[in-house]
Amino acid sequence: MGITFRKETFRDDFTFKNSPEHIRRFPFPFNEDAYMYAVNIEPHVVGPKGSVLENLIDVDEHYVAEMQDRALVLAEDPLRCQSLPHMTLAGWDLLELLMEQQALGYPEHFTLERNGDRWRWINRPLGIDDTFTFGDTSTLPYGPMEYITRQSQGDFCILDQRDGNLWMDAGMVTTQADWSLDFDIGMNFFEWHAPVPLAHEKGIFTRALKFLTNIQQGKPARRLNWTMTINPRLDTSPENYHKWGPDRATVTPENVGDKVHLRVELQSFWRLPRSNGIVFPIRCYLIKMDELVTQPKWARRLHRVIRDLPEELATYKGLTRYRPTLVDWLSKLDDGSPTSPGFGPD
Amino acid sequence: MSTGTTKLDVVVSDVVPVNDLVTRFHFRRRDGELLPTFSGGAHVVVEMRDGDRTRLNPYSLMGSPLDTREYTISIRRDDVGRGGSLFMHRSVKPGLEMVISYPVNLFSLDLRAKKHLMLAGGIGITPFMAQTAQLAGGGGNFELHYTCRTASLGTYADVLRERYGNRVRLYHDDREERIDLDRLLSSQPLGTHLYVCGPAGMINWVRDRAASLGWPPETVHFEHFAAPQPGAPFDVELAVSGKTIRVGEQQSLLEAIEAAGVDPPYLCRGGVCGQCETNVISSDGKFIHNDHWLSEEDHRSGCKIMPCVSRFEGKLLVLER
Repeated sequence: MGITFRKETFRDDFTFKNSPEHIRRFPFPFNEDAYMYAVNIEPHVVGPKGSVLENLIDVDEHYVAEMQDRALVLAEDPLRCQSLPHMTLAGWDLLELLMEQQALGYPEHFTLERNGDRWRWINRPLGIDDTFTFGDTSTLPYGPMEYITRQSQGDFCILDQRDGNLWMDAGMVTTQADWSLDFDIGMNFFEWHAPVPLAHEKGIFTRALKFLTNIQQGKPARRLNWTMTINPRLDTSPENYHKWGPDRATVTPENVGDKVHLRVELQSFWRLPRSNGIVFPIRCYLIKMDELVTQPKWARRLHRVIRDLPEELATYKGLTRYRPTLVDWLSKLDDGSPTSPGFGPD
Repeated sequence: MSTGTTKLDVVVSDVVPVNDLVTRFHFRRRDGELLPTFSGGAHVVVEMRDGDRTRLNPYSLMGSPLDTREYTISIRRDDVGRGGSLFMHRSVKPGLEMVISYPVNLFSLDLRAKKHLMLAGGIGITPFMAQTAQLAGGGGNFELHYTCRTASLGTYADVLRERYGNRVRLYHDDREERIDLDRLLSSQPLGTHLYVCGPAGMINWVRDRAASLGWPPETVHFEHFAAPQPGAPFDVELAVSGKTIRVGEQQSLLEAIEAAGVDPPYLCRGGVCGQCETNVISSDGKFIHNDHWLSEEDHRSGCKIMPCVSRFEGKLLVLER
């Protein structure tokens, strides 16, 4: 039994939707009625069947449409995918990781055959069947990182580790929440986190860096992050701010349920074996308010989280403009009863 | 997260004497699968079940990262050490089942380098065996300078010369050959990175000269796993676990903590990775800091200790473990 891939768009007519099963598997990021930063990192191990953690690299019903959207972004702006010269080996590491994980999790859709350095990769949803020589860039139509990340959901930052720090020296970033690879490339961990409020004072980044530089091969880790996006737009980049920024002024009490989307990033962290780099896949999940509130627990809890969010965080996440409208709309779905512990729906 | 790294069940597939002091050990996976890919400079921690003692010692992987059917390490016999190398030399035979850690790399190549200049002393050659194989496979530019006591103790010198020809220079102490270090360091092209692995004296000498000659610190890489040193026994209170333990003469503080059933994190067990850093709650005595992780200020403060390599002499030591 394979996945039924949806035909949908993340721009123009915005036909993106989650099926009922996908609503229930949505990685809701709040396990209590309030939110504050924490180094919420845990081992990235396989989770329950039917959840987004059923496989370590998740492929879902939006796969084909997301890959088509990525191709459109890259056609307009090739700088969304960059790799500094010393990162090619890490790109091969990532190609191996993603091919292995996708073939392992979804054998009906992906097949990897290895014969020494001669590898054959079959991607049925995208109609790809390529044979290439592992390690020889001339045998692929793109560099190894670009080749495989044009076929994998989520953004990918590849970090070089040196001098006790991590450096963003390669990446494929087309589904980001208002940051830019072209701006951050070559920066270290502290440099690219500089704009985040409150967390520096709490020493979070120093501890997080120490944790990340000690990530070991065979022991990936993960965390959830979240923000909100108006309309189901995957590409909310600074480069395209003029396209999505004004959307924030279009939220009305009538269209909140359809326009406002919770955007959750499942970030995982993996040590790459040949290059000793770290790859940081950022998988984006979108859900519109109308879909989210089909789970009453989530509706109640999201109301309380958004209502009580510290001002600095609301500003950083770009919620200020439509927060009152959203809180008002959500408040009608909050009867004040307690929410059960944990992330999942009741 | 649990401590240390993921473990691998292996079998010793071969034991090969290399010269009077050094023996090579080959490991394969017990299930016949390939071992994990690694990068040049990585080490594994080998678990040694020696009677009722468990020793965990790190050794550099020296095979080619391009071939993971087996892992190979080379161990120099230390007749006055704590016994790990003697155990490996005397008791480990082909067919023995052992447990090793996943590879960890704390001595990684900087892949931005235009050229890799490597300096090895003695058994410090092992990480360079893997790094040169990795670079040679990808057309990387490297040059290796290798000092050893005598030609017969030049572990793998012949192999390296055969593989890489003039890219490898040998220096023998008994012929009074010395690296002309200042000249070597002064004549490198811009963009060269320097790597040194060997005895502490050699590492210090190379780092000092490189600094004096203006090499930026980010371009100078070194690996020195301090083996834990034996010393007088001492007692320690572990405040969090509520235990009092005695650290034996031949035991490290980390090993004594583990033997008491406490499971602190570790990666290198050689005083360089920082994982086992432990807060001192109170103390009355003298610390013998042997690590390369804490700053001099940390050492003086008496507030932190690296239990993998450091010891204590005195009346009272209470640790936050």
